[in-house]
Amino acid sequence: MSDVTGALLGFVRKETRHILRDRQTLFVLLMLPLVQVLLFGFVIRTDVENVRVGFVVPASDAATGELIALFRGSDLFTPVGTWPTAAPLPDLFERGAIDQVVMFAPGFADDLGRGGARLFVVTDASDPNTGAAMRTYAESLIREYAGQGAADLTLVSRPGGGPGTLAGTSGIETRVRIRFDPALESRNLFVPGLIALVLTIVSALMTSIAITREKERGTMEVLLVSPLRPWQIIVGKVAPYLVLAFVNVLTALGAAWLAFGVPFRGSVTLLLLESLLFIIVSLALGVFISTRAESQRAAMLAAIAGLLLPSTLLSGMIFPIGSMPGWLRPFTNVVPATWFIEIARGIMLKGVGLAYLWQETLILTLMAVILTTASVRAFDARLS
Amino acid sequence: MNAGATGLPTVPEGGEPAIRSRDLTRRFGDFTAVDAVTFEVGVGEVFGFLGANGAGKTTAIRMLTGLLAPTSGEATVAGHDVSAEPEAVKRSIGYMSQRFSLYEDMTPRENIELYGGIYGLPSPVIRDRGARLLERLGLESAAGKRVGSLPLGWKQKLAFSVALLHEPGIVFLDEPTGGVDPITRRQFWEMIYETAADGTTVFVTTHYMDEAEYCDRLSIMVAGRIVALGTPTELRREHGAPSIEDVFVRLARQDASPPAAS
Amino acid sequence: MPSDVVVRDLSRRFDGVAALDGVSLDVRAGELFGLIGPDGAGKTTLFRILTTLLLPDEGSAEVLGLDVVADMWELRRRIGYMPGHFSLYTDLSVEENLSFFASVFGTTIAAQYDRIAPIYRQIEPFADRRAGALSGGMKQKLGLSCALVHEPDILVLDEPTTGVDAVSRREFWDMLQALRDGGLTIVVSTPYMDEADRCDRVALIDDGRILRIDTAAAFGPEYGRPLLAVRGSDRYGMLLALRRLPDAESVYPFGAALHYTDRRADADPGALAPQVAGALAAAGFADAEVEAIDPGIEDVFMSLMGGTP
Repeated sequence: MSDVTGALLGFVRKETRHILRDRQTLFVLLMLPLVQVLLFGFVIRTDVENVRVGFVVPASDAATGELIALFRGSDLFTPVGTWPTAAPLPDLFERGAIDQVVMFAPGFADDLGRGGARLFVVTDASDPNTGAAMRTYAESLIREYAGQGAADLTLVSRPGGGPGTLAGTSGIETRVRIRFDPALESRNLFVPGLIALVLTIVSALMTSIAITREKERGTMEVLLVSPLRPWQIIVGKVAPYLVLAFVNVLTALGAAWLAFGVPFRGSVTLLLLESLLFIIVSLALGVFISTRAESQRAAMLAAIAGLLLPSTLLSGMIFPIGSMPGWLRPFTNVVPATWFIEIARGIMLKGVGLAYLWQETLILTLMAVILTTASVRAFDARLS
Repeated sequence: MNAGATGLPTVPEGGEPAIRSRDLTRRFGDFTAVDAVTFEVGVGEVFGFLGANGAGKTTAIRMLTGLLAPTSGEATVAGHDVSAEPEAVKRSIGYMSQRFSLYEDMTPRENIELYGGIYGLPSPVIRDRGARLLERLGLESAAGKRVGSLPLGWKQKLAFSVALLHEPGIVFLDEPTGGVDPITRRQFWEMIYETAADGTTVFVTTHYMDEAEYCDRLSIMVAGRIVALGTPTELRREHGAPSIEDVFVRLARQDASPPAAS
Repeated sequence: MPSDVVVRDLSRRFDGVAALDGVSLDVRAGELFGLIGPDGAGKTTLFRILTTLLLPDEGSAEVLGLDVVADMWELRRRIGYMPGHFSLYTDLSVEENLSFFASVFGTTIAAQYDRIAPIYRQIEPFADRRAGALSGGMKQKLGLSCALVHEPDILVLDEPTTGVDAVSRREFWDMLQALRDGGLTIVVSTPYMDEADRCDRVALIDDGRILRIDTAAAFGPEYGRPLLAVRGSDRYGMLLALRRLPDAESVYPFGAALHYTDRRADADPGALAPQVAGALAAAGFADAEVEAIDPGIEDVFMSLMGGTP
C-alpha cells in the first residue's frame, strides 16, 4: 500500500516543483489575486460620494437656505452652483458636469408653512450604479429636513418611470425625476460596458494569440524571410479580427435594441465610428502584447492580466470612477475602455454628439496612433 | 547468460519469450493501423522494430506497452497479457522516447526520485541506485542542474538509465538517438549492449539504418504488416542487399503503388 | 568561379553560450552544399543568419553578393527557405499552403507550375488534404514546393530529412540533385552523415565550429591512421576485446561491422588486418573477419570531434 502513496507523493512533489519553477506564471498567479483583492477593495463602493449637486432657486428664503445648507454640510454631496432658473441645466447634464439638481418652486418657505411645498429633484442616472443611490441620498436628506419619520412618508412612483412624489402629511412633496433612464433599467446602462468588454476580448486577446500561435508553430520564420513587411504581416493578421469585432458591435447593438429595448438616443453612425476607433486601439494593444510574448499562453496571461482585468475594474464599466479613491482615478484615464464607455454612454443614453464628445474621441485617436506606431516598431523583422 | 549479441536463430531459444505477439491487430474505424502482426522477442535480445512513420509502429508499440487495447489478436509482454493486464505490463517494463522522457525543469536527482517513487521503489533503493547511475554516467557534477540545461547526449543517456532504474526485464526505446552526435549515438548503443548482456530485453525503434545493423534481430513494418523478420544477416541475404537500408527501401517501394498504374 | 555564399568569421551567442564561433565557408554557384553536424552544432543558427532572420554578433556573410544585414529586403525576395520541422500551416490544405506562399511573393501556382511540377506533381493528388494529415515524405515535398514557388536564386533547407524514413530521404535527395543539375544553388543541413556523399561539397560542423570542408570523397585520405572493419557474430564481445588491444585508438560500432582505428599512423593496414584477426581468434572469436577499409565521413567526423572511444 505504501507503494501507492509513495508514488502519489512523488507525483505531487513533481507538480509542485513545476509550479515553483515557472517563475512567470507563478508571479501572475500570486500577484494577480492580490492586486485584484486590493483593487476590488478600493473600487467596490456601493456608496456613492461627491455627488455634484446644483440648486435652482428662483427666490431665496430661509427654508431654501436651510435645506441647501444641509446639502452643503453633508459629506455625500458637493454643491457646484446655484442658479435662478433651470436654463443652464440641460447643457450641464449633457456635458456631465453635474450629477443632480434640486429645484425649488418660488415661495418655498411660505408653502412649507402652509403645509405643502414642492421640490423637483433631477438625477443623472446614465451610470447604472450611481443613479439609484444618488436619488436615495437626496430623498433621505430632504426627509430629514422635513422632520418626518420614514413611516409617515410614502414614495409614490409611477411604474415605468415618471416623476415620483414624496407625499407627506406635512412638508415637502418631492418629484424625483430620473433623467436619462426613467425606468432605471440597469440592463440598458450596462450595454456600453459590455460592448467594450467584448471588443477587448475579440480584438486584443484573440489578436495576440493569433500572432504568437504563428511563432509557436514555426511558420513565422517563413513569413519573416519573405518580402512581407512587418506592417503587412500585422495588417494581414489583424484584418479578420477587425471585421469580426465590428460584426460583434452590430450584433450587440442589435440584440440590445431588439431584445431588450435599450434606447438609442444618439447617432448610430457616430457610435459605429467610435467603435471602430476603439477596435483599432484594442487591436494595436493585442499586437503589442504579441511582440513581447513568446507563447500563446504568455500572450493570453498578459492580455488578461494587463488588459482585460484593468478594463473591467477601472473603466467605470461596473464600478463608478467617482467612488474610487483619489489616487486610483488617474489610472482609469490610461485604460482605453474608460473613454469608450464615456462615449458610448453619451451617444446611447444622453444622445449627445461629437460636439460634446470631441475630447474623449481625441484621446482615443491619440491612443490609437501611439499604440499602432509602437506595435509596428516593436514587431521585429527578425527573430531576436 | 549472455543470450543476446551471440549468433541467433530466427526464433529465440527455449524458455518463455520476453515478448510474444500473435495476430495483433488494431483498427480505427475503417482504417487498419496494425494488421495481424506476429513475432517473438527472446529474453536478453536487442530487437529492432523498423518502419516508416505511419506504417503502424507507434500504434504497435502502444499496444505492447499497455497504452492501447488491441482490436483483436493477443500479445504477452513479460508474461502479462496486454489486454487483460495492462497495468502489470506497465509495471514490468521501462520506456524511453525521443519526444519526451525527463522533466526538463527538474534536476537529474529529482527525476530519479520521481520515477523511483512512481515505480514503487523504496527510498534507500532509489538513493543507492541513483547514486550509482550518476556515477556511471559521470553526471555527479551535473546532479544539481536542471536537465534542460544539459547537452542532448547527456540527457538521452540519463533518460535511458532512469528508464532502467526499477530494473525491468524489458525496456522499450522509441527513437532514442535522434539528433545526437555520432559518438554519443554509439556510446548509447554500447549502453544498450551492456544492458542486454545483463539479461534485459531491449525493444528499439530507429530511423538510423546503421543502428538497425546493431540489433540481434529486427522486423520491418510496411502499411501495418510485418514484411521482414530475422537477423540483419539473414535479411540482407534474403533480399540480396548490401545493407538493411537497401532492404528497407526495396520493401517500402514494393508497397508504394506506381503512379502510372491503371 | 563566383561564390553564392561567403561567410567570414561569423559568431553568434545566446545567453553567453556561443552558438557559432568564427565560422567561415564559401558555397559556389550551382553547388549542392551540405552542412553536417548533430543537434546543437549551430546549423540552424547559421542558416537563420544567412536568411536574414538573425543578426550576427561578429563577422560577415554575403548571399548572392548581397550583405545579409544591409540588403535584407532584397535578399528575402531571392532566397527560398525551408526551416526545420517544415513550418507548414497544418490546418490549411496542400493547395492553400502553396498558393499562400506564391501570393506572398507576388506570383501564382499556375505561373510557376512548370518549374515546380517535378515535385508538386507527386503531391498534387492530395491537393485538398490538410497539411497536418500528410506523411513526413509528403510534407517534405510540400515544403520544398513552397520554397521553390517564387523562383529563388538559392535554396536554403534546414534539416529537411530529419525524422523522415529512409525511402523518403533518398527520394528527397534525388529531387535536390535534379534541381542542382538545373542550375540552382542549394545549401542543406542534415544530422545524417551518410547523406554527405549526395552533396558536391560538405562542411562538418560541431559545437559552433567548422571542423572541415571538402568533397565527401576527399575526407578519407586525411584520416591518417589505419582503419579496419571487423565483422563477427559476438559483436559486443569483440568490441570489448578490441578495446583491450595495446594499440587501439578507438573502436566503434558501425552498422554491421566494428570500426577499429589503430594508434600507429605508419602501420600498414593490409598487414594489420590479419594480426587483429589472429588476436581475436585467440580471444575466442573464431568467426571474426577483419579487413582494411577507407575511412568514411562519419569516421572522419568522429575523429575530428575529438571524442574519447
